[in-house]
This record gives sequence, C-alpha cells and structure tokens, in this order.
Amino acid sequence: MEELWRAVVKAFELIVSLDAEVIDITGRSLLISATSCIIACAVCFPLAGIIHFSSFPGKRLFISVVQTLYSLPTVLVGLFIFVLLSRSGPLGGLGLLFTPLAMVMGQAIFLCPIVLGLGISALRAVDTAIYDVAMALGANRVQATLQVMKESRYALAMTAMMGFGRAISEVGLSLMVGGNIKGFTRTLTTAISLETSRGNLEFAIALGIILLLLALMVNMIVGWLQQR
Amino acid sequence: MTLIEARGLEKYYQSRPVLKGVTLQINSGEVLALIGPRGAGKTTLLRLLDLLESPSRGEIYFNGVNVTSSERLRFFVRRRMSFVTQRTVVFSGTVADNIACGLKWRGERWQMVSDRVESVLELIGMSQYANRDARTLSVGETQLVALARALVIEPEVLFLDEPTANLDPVSAARVEAVLTQFIRLRNMTVVMATHDMLQGQRLAGRIAVIMGGQLLQVGESRQIFCAPATKEVAEFVGVENILPGKVDSNNGSLAVIDIEGIKLEAITACKPGELVWAIVRPEDITFAKVRGYTSARNVFPGRIQRVASVGALVRIEVDCGFPLLGVLTKRSAEDIGVEQGGEVYVSFKATAVHVIGRQ
Repeated sequence: MEELWRAVVKAFELIVSLDAEVIDITGRSLLISATSCIIACAVCFPLAGIIHFSSFPGKRLFISVVQTLYSLPTVLVGLFIFVLLSRSGPLGGLGLLFTPLAMVMGQAIFLCPIVLGLGISALRAVDTAIYDVAMALGANRVQATLQVMKESRYALAMTAMMGFGRAISEVGLSLMVGGNIKGFTRTLTTAISLETSRGNLEFAIALGIILLLLALMVNMIVGWLQQR
Repeated sequence: MTLIEARGLEKYYQSRPVLKGVTLQINSGEVLALIGPRGAGKTTLLRLLDLLESPSRGEIYFNGVNVTSSERLRFFVRRRMSFVTQRTVVFSGTVADNIACGLKWRGERWQMVSDRVESVLELIGMSQYANRDARTLSVGETQLVALARALVIEPEVLFLDEPTANLDPVSAARVEAVLTQFIRLRNMTVVMATHDMLQGQRLAGRIAVIMGGQLLQVGESRQIFCAPATKEVAEFVGVENILPGKVDSNNGSLAVIDIEGIKLEAITACKPGELVWAIVRPEDITFAKVRGYTSARNVFPGRIQRVASVGALVRIEVDCGFPLLGVLTKRSAEDIGVEQGGEVYVSFKATAVHVIGRQ
C-alpha cells in the first residue's frame, strides 16, 4: 500500500516537473488522435450529409451496419492495417508500418463508423423544415445541406469530441501498427501498458492521470456542447 | 399575360392521389388565392408550382417554357421565385442573418446583401431587431421575418402557404399589411394558399377553389362567392341556404323552381325537369312584418325558428316551407321585432338566387 502511495506521489512529481518524456508522449498522443479525428470528421460529415439527404435502397440497412460497427474492436482494425502495410502486403512498399502515419490511418478507420453514425443522428435531429425552407428560399442541395449542418454544429462538434476521446484512449491498434517505439510511436496508452508490465508503476500512473485528465476535459467540452 | 401555366398536374404520394389533374393559369402581376379545406392539396400544388417537387404527371410552363423535367432549368427558375412555408422555422443566427440567406445563396455581393436586408427590415418595421437572435422572436415576428426572408430576393413570384394561419389577429393584420404594401410596391405575382376565404377575398384578385385534389372553380372573388360552381364550393365559401329543388318551367331564363312544394323564381338556363340546387346568400334576404309592396319576385310567409346574435348581426332561421337563413343588423331586427316563434315575411329577388345543377 505504501509503495502504491509513493508511486502516486512520484507520478504527480513527474507531471508537475513537466518531465520531458511525459510531455513528449502526451504531445504525440494528442497530435495523432487529433489528426485521425479530424480526418475521420472531414470524410464522414459530408458523407453523413449525402446519406441523410438521399434515399437509396438499403439505406436503413446501411445505417444499422454502421451503428453495429460502433463496437468495432480496435485489434481488428489493427490487424487489417497491419496486413495492408506489412512488407508483403499491398501497401507494403510504402514502408509505413510502425510509423505515426499508420496509427493515424488505423485510428481514422476505427473512428469512421462512430463519426458517421453519430453525424447522421445529429443531422436527423435537425427540424426537417430547415432543409425545406432553405430550398424554398432558393438554396441548392449542397447549400441546404450545409445549412442543416450549421444548425447541428453543436451536435457535430460533440460527435468529433467523442471520436477524439475514443481515439486517445484506444490501445490495441496503436500497439499493433505503431509498435510502441520510444520517441517515435509511443503514446499514452501504449506507454502505460509497457511501463506497467515493466513494473515502472509511477511512470504508468503519471501517464494514467494525464489520460484521465484529458478524458475529463473532453467530457467537460461535450457537456458544455450539450447545453448549447 | 400568363406567367405560370399548369397543365393536368397530378401528384401521388405512395400511390395516394393528392392532386387529380389541376390545370391553372397564373397571370403576371396578379394575386391568386388558393382556397380549400385542410388536406385539399393546396400545399402540394404550391410546391409543384414553385418547382420544389415534380408532378407525377402533367406539365408546368414558366413564361411559356416547359420547365417540368429539366433539373437545371427548374433550379434556374426556382431561384426567381420564393416560397413562405406554412410552418416557418428560423435559422440559427440573427434576424439579419436569416433575411440575408436567400441573397447569399444566390451569390450576391456583400454590400448589396446588407443594403437590401436593411431596407427590408425597415419595410417590415423591424430595423431595431437586426442583430437579435432570431430564435427569441415571438410567433408573429417570426412570420414577419419569414416573409422578409422571401421578399428580400425580390422574387418574380411569391408563394405563400397559409401566411397567417398560426397568428393572433393583431399579428395577422400586421403580416397582411406588409404583404399588401409589398404587392403594391413591387407588382409581384403572388400565389397564396389559405383556408380563410375572407383573407383570400381581401388580398387576392382571383380565387381558385381546390377540394379533394381538384380545382373546382377559378374566378374573381365576387363570382366565387355569389355564383359558386358546385354545392361543395358553395358550402365551403359559407353559403348557408342551399336548397334542393326541381325546375318546373323556364320562360326566357326566368325559371320557376319547386322546392318542397313551394315555387321560387330564379334566373337560370336550366331546363324544366332538371334537378337543381338553389342558392341564396343570407345577406340578400329581406324581412318584413307585413306583406307590403316589393319588387322582389320571391315573397314567402314564414315562422321564425331561431334568433342568434353574431357580433353586430342577428342570424334568423325561418321556416317558410323550407328552411331559410337570413341576417339582419341588430337595429333592423329590433325595428321589425323578430322573436322566436313570430311570423315574418321573407323576400328576395329572382336575381339573388343562384342555380346549379344537381345529380
């Protein structure tokens, strides 16, 4: 028990003293997760608009498949990216395996179902009259869709934050395609997993506290957005 | 000059017919009111005419050009019109943002947009509201903003769907005043749907009556109110005396119509033996205590069944062999001394009777 207490105190010391390695890992985590989240949103929000405002056979089936993929296991995405980027894989020549870029790719794919599904829900929550009125005032379909997106901007921002929260806290994928290389692909979650298994508890706890604080921040932003 | 022409428009929603062959011409610069009960197809017809939706069958011509099927042409023409939907919603943002939308979507220059928005705000008397969050407005103000949003485009054609249906009388009057002002100022073509036939009469030059997806009558408001084409139209425009009868004889279009054994004279081309509805507007009926001299050809003694006050008027139901309803001012009612169960002479001219065929 005393040992644990000492570890916690040490962990706080690491954070307060702005330990170089802690800062480095935190920064990398934020950068990778933010990038993958932005990519996922940039692809999926317009897609959500197109899907929501068009009717095609199998639309409902498609949406329920997307919703099922909310619980897509990270290791499966990891496996997919690994096969894709491994030396003998179709994109093996690019030499991307075990790079931050591979992690971004994996996380972006992992986030797509959530961002797309919640994005469609966000647009669905907007009064249908908004689209109608926009068309009635001479908007084209793109302009009317953009107007609906503007009306749901808080819900969409919330979706993005939730995606970011998912990305920064996942570990399986980062470990598999990033490789947890120190100073290169090591992130908060992969570092915690490694340091814990090495018995370096104070370092793991310090990173854990930072991860929790980040999660708390994301949550607070989501809560604030919800009230808008 | 015909600006918009609809030929045989039909519209089905999931094989349910909403419009059944509507043919209609809208002249440039006129105000046309579509009146009809709820669910008659007014909104659908407006949406088709505004090119927001495509008809299942039939064609729409704009300035003589068939715009039914070319998507590009439809969009181009749609941008020259604007539509105020029945359920108005405001976009998030300020009142000025809302009004500017239509112009921004048309890619107008920023300076021009702000000038136009300012002048429209002034016209609707809401200049001081320009920077207010549009979602904090009252229902009446919201409707004015919705109207301004459509007017700022300076459309060639303005479509209005029940512009005052959800408003209190004061707000409704304000909306009507703004509308009237704009119509006069811009010489716009306006097509408005309303179930309030009096509003139709106040604002429109011509009225089209639509019921059950069919256009039953189109004409000047006087024509619709005094000479409804069918019994349904007569009922809808509030004619209360619709009497079933049979033409006895017709002598140079002065016909005698038998109504439950009582002979009534009317001007009509209907031939003897034809089954008809004889329609008499309550305002055209005069009452007298004694049978004096009158030029009216129809004079009947009757017994007063019921007397009811409606605002400044008194409605009197008389049984003169057939039921007849008339209205009087309170003052005249007192002068004549109408009371329930009392006897009275009712009279109306042969020209006051409008006769339509009955199957």
